[in-house]
Amino acid sequence: MNTFYNEILTEHNMNPYHKNEIEGATFTLEGVNPSCGDDIVLQLKVEDGIITDGGYTGDGCAVSQASADMMLDLVIGKPKEEAMRLADIFIRMIKGTASDDEIDQLEEASSLRDISHMPARVKCAVLCWHTMEQMFDAKAPKESLIPKENKPEVCHL
Amino acid sequence: MAKSFEEIRADFPILSDEYAYLDNAATTQKPFAVTDAVDAYYKNDNANPLRGLYDLSVRATEDYEAARAETARFIGADAEEIIFTRNASESLNLVAYSYAASTLKEGDEILVAISEHHSNMLPWQNAARLTGANIRYIECDGEGRITPEMVEACFTPKTRIVAAAQVSNVIGRVNDIKEMARIAHAHDAVFVCDGAQSAPHMAVDVKDLDVDFFAFSGHKMLAPMGIGVLYGKRSILEDMPPFLYGGEMIEYVTLCGATYAEVPHKFEAGTVNAGGAVGLGAAVRYMESIGMDRIEQRERELTRYMMEQMADIPYVHIIGSPDPDEHMGIVTFTVEGVHPHDIAQIMNEDHVCIRAGHHCAQPLMKFLGSMSTARASLSFYNNKADIDMFIRSLSVLRSKMGYGGSAVPAG
Repeated sequence: MNTFYNEILTEHNMNPYHKNEIEGATFTLEGVNPSCGDDIVLQLKVEDGIITDGGYTGDGCAVSQASADMMLDLVIGKPKEEAMRLADIFIRMIKGTASDDEIDQLEEASSLRDISHMPARVKCAVLCWHTMEQMFDAKAPKESLIPKENKPEVCHL
Repeated sequence: MAKSFEEIRADFPILSDEYAYLDNAATTQKPFAVTDAVDAYYKNDNANPLRGLYDLSVRATEDYEAARAETARFIGADAEEIIFTRNASESLNLVAYSYAASTLKEGDEILVAISEHHSNMLPWQNAARLTGANIRYIECDGEGRITPEMVEACFTPKTRIVAAAQVSNVIGRVNDIKEMARIAHAHDAVFVCDGAQSAPHMAVDVKDLDVDFFAFSGHKMLAPMGIGVLYGKRSILEDMPPFLYGGEMIEYVTLCGATYAEVPHKFEAGTVNAGGAVGLGAAVRYMESIGMDRIEQRERELTRYMMEQMADIPYVHIIGSPDPDEHMGIVTFTVEGVHPHDIAQIMNEDHVCIRAGHHCAQPLMKFLGSMSTARASLSFYNNKADIDMFIRSLSVLRSKMGYGGSAVPAG
C-alpha cells in the first residue's frame, strides 16, 4: 500500500516544471530545513506587484521539491498579496485549520493535505512557502539561517 | 539450556511480525525483564533513596546501589566510578563542564574525531569557548576509518583531551579505543570515550581499554529512557568539581558554601532516577544472561545477511566499509534519486522502521559529501524476517517514486 506518494507528487518531483534559475529575479532567498537537509534557493520575479516568473534550485526530499514546484505553478501570474494569501491557506492546511473551500483554491498543492498527519514531514512541505513569506516580509532578514562557519582546524593527513 | 533467539524475541512485547523495528541505534525496545523490574521497584520499594532512615528508603537505596554495582561489573569498573546521569549526552557534558572547564587553559587543545555524534562534539566546542582552548578535528578516511596513526599525527604539545566514540553511530565502525587511549596517555592527555553505540553490542572492559571516561545511555541497551552512565577513573573524579549543585551531593552546607559528598554522589545532585537505574540493572542482567559474545555474534550474522542482499539491489549505496564485520549492526545507506526522508516514509508504509536524516552528525555527513542518509540498525532480537521486510521494501522504492524499470533482485 502506498497512499502518500501519489502521482501528482512523484510527477512534480521527477519532472519539475520550475526547477531552474530564472533571469531577472527580483527576489532570491535560500530556505533550509536542517532536520532533513532540504536546501532550496527560491527565485521570484515581481513586476508591478505581479509575480511574472519563478524558479527554484537545490536539493531535498520529494515532498519539499514537489511542494516548491506546485507552489510556483500556483503563484506565477498572481499578485504578490494573492500569493501570500494562498501561502497562509497552505500553511493552515498543513496545521489542519483550513476549510475545504480554501484548500480547493490551492489546486494541485492541495494534494499535500495529508502531510498534516505526518509531523516529521511538515517542515519539508512548508519550506518553500515559508521562504516565499520571508521574502515578502519586509521585517524578516533576507538571508540564509545556516550558522556561519568559522574555519575549524582539521588535521589533514 | 540457553534461550533461542526466537524465545528471546518473545521477551519483547512490542515486537511483532507485522513491523520490522530497525532503528535500534536510536533506541532499543524493552524486555519484560526490564519493565517488570521497574514496575516492581515502584510497587514494592519506592522511597527517596540515599536519605531516608526508614526501611522503605533503605530498600530503595539498596536497589539503586545494586544497579550501580551491576552496571560497574558490566563494563569492568568499580561501583564508585559509576555516575548515573540521564543519558550519554549528559555524561559527556558532565566531563566537559566539570573536568574540561576546570582544567583547560587558554591555548590548550581538544582533539575530537570528525565522525562524532553532536553529543561528543558540542560539549567540547562549549568547553573551548569557556576556557579559550581550541578544538582540532581528527579526519577519517572515506570509509570512516580513524587509525591510531591518524590520531598520533594530530597531537601537539598542547593537546589535553581526546574524545572519540568506540563505535560511530553513522558508519558503525569500531575504533581502536585502547590504542587511542594509549597514545593520549603517552602525550599526557586524557581520553574520553563515547560508548553509546558500543556498550549495547559488545563486551566492554574499561580497565582493559584504559580510557579515562566512558559514557553510554541506558535506553540504547534495553533500559528505560532517562538513565545514563558516566564511568570515570576514580583518581580523576575525585579532583573534579561538581557539575550540578543541589540536594544529595553535599556533606555540610553553610550560607557561604559547602563540602561535597564523595564520588559518585558528588555528581548526582537532586533526587536520583532510581526506577531508571533499577531498569538498567535489569537490562544488564538480561544481556549478561544471553552473553555479550553471543549478542555480538548474532548481530554480526544479521548484519551480514542484510548487507549481502543490499549489495544486490541496484542504486543502493552503503556508507562506510563494504565489510559487514565493520558495521556493528549499523548500516547507513542512500538510494540514488530518492531522498532519505522519502525512503523512510515509504518504508513506514511497508511497516519497516528506519531512521533518515543527518543522524546528529552533521559535520561527518558534510565530510562524506551527503547531508542526509537513511540508516537501518539491528539488535540481537531482530530476525531474518525483519530484514526480509526491509529488503522487499528497499527493492521497490525507486519504482514507487516513479522510476521506470526499477530492478527487483533476482530470485
